[in-house]
Amino acid sequence: MSELTRDERAESEELLHRALAGARLPRWGIAAAAVGAIALAIILNLTTSVAGVAGTVVVAVLLFLAIQTTWSFRVEGRRHAVDRLATTAVYATFIVALAPLVAVLATVIVKGMSVISSTFLTTSMRNISPRSEGGGLYHALIGTLQQVGIAAMFGVPLGILTAIYLVEYAPFAKSRRLSRAISFFVDVMTGVPSVVVGLFIFTAFVLTLGMERSGFTASLALTILMLPVVVRSTEEMLRIVPRELREASYALGIPKWRTILKIVLPTALGGIVTGAMLAIARVAGETAPLLLTTFLSQSINTNPFKGPQAALPTFIWDQFTSATDASVNRAWGGALVLIVLVMVLYGAAKIIARYTGVKRG
Amino acid sequence: MAKRIDATDVDIYYGAFKAVEGVSFAVEPRSVTAFIGPSGCGKSTVLRALNRMHEVIPGAYVEGKITLDGEDIYGSTIDPVNVRRTIGMVFQRPNPFPTMSIYDNVVAGLRLEGKKRSKSDLDAVVEGSLRGANLWDEVKDRLARPGSGLSGGQQQRLCIARAIAIEPQVLLMDEPCSALDPISTLAIEDLIDQLKERFTIVIVTHNMQQAARVSETTAFFNLAGVGKPGKLVEIAPTDVIFSTPTQQATEDYISGRFG
Amino acid sequence: MSTQIEHPATPSPTVGIEGSAVRRGDRVFQGLSRTAGIFILVTMAAIAAFLIWKAIPSLQANTANFFTTSEWFPDQKPSVFGIAALTFGTLMTALIAMILAVPVGIGIALFIAHYAPPRLASVLGFVTDLLAAVPSIIFGMWGLQFLTPQMEGLGKWLNDYLGFIPLFRNDSGQYSKSILIASVVLAIMVLPTVSAISREVFVQVPRAHIEAALALGATRWEMVRLSVFPFARPGMISASMLGLGRALGETIAVALILSASYTINWQISEPGGNTFAANIALRWNEAGDVGLSALVASGLVLFVITLVVNMAARLIIARRSEFSGAN
Repeated sequence: MSELTRDERAESEELLHRALAGARLPRWGIAAAAVGAIALAIILNLTTSVAGVAGTVVVAVLLFLAIQTTWSFRVEGRRHAVDRLATTAVYATFIVALAPLVAVLATVIVKGMSVISSTFLTTSMRNISPRSEGGGLYHALIGTLQQVGIAAMFGVPLGILTAIYLVEYAPFAKSRRLSRAISFFVDVMTGVPSVVVGLFIFTAFVLTLGMERSGFTASLALTILMLPVVVRSTEEMLRIVPRELREASYALGIPKWRTILKIVLPTALGGIVTGAMLAIARVAGETAPLLLTTFLSQSINTNPFKGPQAALPTFIWDQFTSATDASVNRAWGGALVLIVLVMVLYGAAKIIARYTGVKRG
Repeated sequence: MAKRIDATDVDIYYGAFKAVEGVSFAVEPRSVTAFIGPSGCGKSTVLRALNRMHEVIPGAYVEGKITLDGEDIYGSTIDPVNVRRTIGMVFQRPNPFPTMSIYDNVVAGLRLEGKKRSKSDLDAVVEGSLRGANLWDEVKDRLARPGSGLSGGQQQRLCIARAIAIEPQVLLMDEPCSALDPISTLAIEDLIDQLKERFTIVIVTHNMQQAARVSETTAFFNLAGVGKPGKLVEIAPTDVIFSTPTQQATEDYISGRFG
Repeated sequence: MSTQIEHPATPSPTVGIEGSAVRRGDRVFQGLSRTAGIFILVTMAAIAAFLIWKAIPSLQANTANFFTTSEWFPDQKPSVFGIAALTFGTLMTALIAMILAVPVGIGIALFIAHYAPPRLASVLGFVTDLLAAVPSIIFGMWGLQFLTPQMEGLGKWLNDYLGFIPLFRNDSGQYSKSILIASVVLAIMVLPTVSAISREVFVQVPRAHIEAALALGATRWEMVRLSVFPFARPGMISASMLGLGRALGETIAVALILSASYTINWQISEPGGNTFAANIALRWNEAGDVGLSALVASGLVLFVITLVVNMAARLIIARRSEFSGAN
C-alpha cells in the first residue's frame, strides 16, 4: 500500500466510503412521514369528499406509503425504498387484519355477556317461545360435548394411524401408489366443504342405512371433518422427529413398531396432541353438517344415539334465525359460550405443546 | 482490491449476555487469518461481527470499533447491507439457495443490485466465479440444474463462487469444512490458497492442522470460564503460534493438553 | 410431500433373538395403520358414490338444463332447477375473498415470522391461532349485524368513483346482503387459514438460507424474496388452496348474510347472490324428496369444484417438488 501516492490513497478511501456508506432517512423520518400523512389526510377530509373515519384512515395510510417511498427512493435508492415499502405493507396487513378479528371478538363478548347467567348455562329451551326471555343452552352444551367427543374417539386414532402409515411405513412399501393415493386424498379431504360431508352422512347413513338423525350421525360428519386435519398435523410432527433418533433406536435392536410407539410418538406427542385439539376445536363450531344430519331439540337429550339432540352451533342458528330480540340475544350468548369452549381447547392445546417441549424447526 | 481489518476493544452481546470481551486485532490484506479455539469461545461470533451478520439475531449488538481500511463499519452513515456486500461470507454448512439453479445461485448477489446486465456479462461472471471456486469443470454442463443436487463439497464451493461473484474485499469463512469429507476439505483448502491472491480471508476453524496449513496468522480465542465472555488470548504469525506461543493457554490448546 | 425421508433399509429382524415376536408386532401395527389410510380412500370414494347416486332422481325429474338454469323449483311439477346462479355466486364470492385474503394473509405470516420482535410475534401468532377457531356461524352473525352497516360507505364510494366499472355500480341504492359483504366476511374467515399455514412454513425456512441471502448484501425484503418465498412457495400454495376450499364451501356465514336468490348479478354491492353451500343450508328444511335430491346434486357439483381446485394446486406443488427440498 505504501507505493500509493497520497491522492491515490484518498481516492481509494473515498471509493470505499461510498461502497459502505448508505444515506439513510433520519431517525425521525418515519415519524415525520406519518405525521405529514395524517395531517394531509385530515386536510383532505375537511376540504374534499374524503369522508368518514375509515376512509380518512385509508387515505392517510396511502399517503404515508407514498411519502415514505418517494423520500426513501430519493435519499436511499431503489432497493431501500422497496424494502421500506414492503415493511410498511407487512405491518399494515397485520393491522388491517387484526381490526376485524378483534371486532368479532368484541362484538361477541359485549353482546354475549348481557345474556350469560347461571340460568342460561343450566337450563334448556324447553317450553320457552322464541319471543320470550329466559331459557338457556344447557341441552346444546351437552349435545356438543357428546358429539364432538364421539367424533374425537373415532377421528383422532384413525388420523394418527394414517399419519404413521404415511411417514413410517409407506416409504418401505414395495409400491408407493397406495401412500401417494392416501396422501393425495387427505389433501383433497381437507378441501371437502363441511356441508358436502353433511350431505354424505345424510345420504349414506340416513337415506340409505335408515339411521335416525341423531347426535351420532352428527358425530360421524364431524369425524370425517377432523380426520384430514389430524392426519396432516400428525404427519408434520412425525416428519420433524430426527432420523437419527429412529436410527439410534434401530441400532439398539428395538423393533420398528416399538421404536414408533416408544421413541417417535413420544417425541412428537406434544405436537400431535396440539394438532388433535385444534382439530377438535375446529369441528366444535361446525354448523352446516349438523343442520343436515340432526334434528334440533329444545330440551335436554343425553343420549346421542336416539332422538333429536341440540348442539351449540345449531342452537345459535335456531335462535338467530328466529330473529326476535330475545332469541338473537340468546344466539349471541350461545356464540360467547361456543367461543369460550373453543378457546379453552386452544389454550389447553398450547399449554400442552409448551410443557411437553416440542421443539419446532 | 483486498482490504485490511482492524478491530479495537470489541465487546459482543446477545441481549444481556456478553459473549465476547475486549477483542483487538488486525487482519492484513491478501492474507489468511485463522481463528481457533474451543467451542463457545466466541470465534464465530467475532467473525460474524466483522460483516455485521451478528446483528441479524434479535437483541444482538456490538460495542467497540471495527474498521475496514480505516472506515468504521459500524459508523452511523454506514449501511449494513453494503457492509455485507463488501465483506462476503461462507458458512459452516453449505447453503446454496435450494430452489435456484447453479447458475442462478452464482448470480444471486449480482441480481440484487438490479442493474441490467447482458446475458453474456452474467455468463462471464458465472464462469469466472465458478473457475475461481475450482468448480467450473465439474458443473459447466449442468448449470441449469438445482444447486442442491451437488455433493456437500461442491455445494460449499458453489457458495464460495456465489460469495466471490459480487467481488467482495474480504471473505469470511465460518468453519467452511466442518461438514465436509477430507477430500472436499482438501479441495477447499487449495481453493483458499488461491483466493488469498485476491481477497483478505478470515477463517474460523476448530481444526488446528487446517489453521496451520492455510493461514499466515492465527488468533487463539478462549473462555475465561463457564458463563464468562470469550477473549482473544493471542494473535501471531501461524508458525509462531504453533511453535513458540507466548501464552500457556495457547500452548495447552495447541498441544492438546486442554481442559 | 416433498420432504421424503430416505431411511436405510431397516435391519431385517429375522435373526434376532425375539425374531418372531418382533415381526408379529410390526405386522399388526403396520396393518392397522395401513387400514386407517385405506379408510380415508374408501370414505372419499363413498362420498362421491353416494352423492352421485342420490342426485340421480332429481336430475331425472328436472325438466330444465341443470347447468344453465338459474331458477330453483325442484319440488314443483314439473321440476325446474339449475345451478347457473349458484355457480356464479360461489365463484364470485370465493374469488373476491381470495384476492383480499391471500396477500394480507401472507403479509401477516411474514410479519409474525420475519418482521415482528420475537415476543410480539409469539403473542400475535397465538392470537391468529385463536381467530382461526372462531366458528363460521359467529362470523356470519357478525357480518350481518356489525359489518353490513360499516360496508355501506365502501359500497357508496365504489359506486361514486368506480361506478363506470359495472362490477362496482349500484343501481338499487341498497347495500346490504350483497356478494361484496359476503366476500369480505369470507376473506376475514380464510385469513387465519392462509396466514397460519404460511407462517408454519415461513418459520421453517432454514436460518442458513436466510443468512445466505443477508450475507450477499440483501435487504430484508430481498432476503424474503430470495430465501423465504422460494422455500415456502409450496406451503403458500397449499395455504391458499385450503383458504380457497374454505371460501368455496363456506356455508353458514354466507347463508346468514345472503338470502336465497337465484339471479346472476355482476353488481356486487347490490343485494343478491347465492352459493352452493348457502343454498343447501337455506333450502334444506323446506325441501321435499326431489328438493333434497336436487340439493345433493348441487352439493355434488360443489364437491367436484373443490376437487378440481385441490388437484390443480397439488399438481403445481408436485411440479415444483424437485426444487423445493431443503438440503
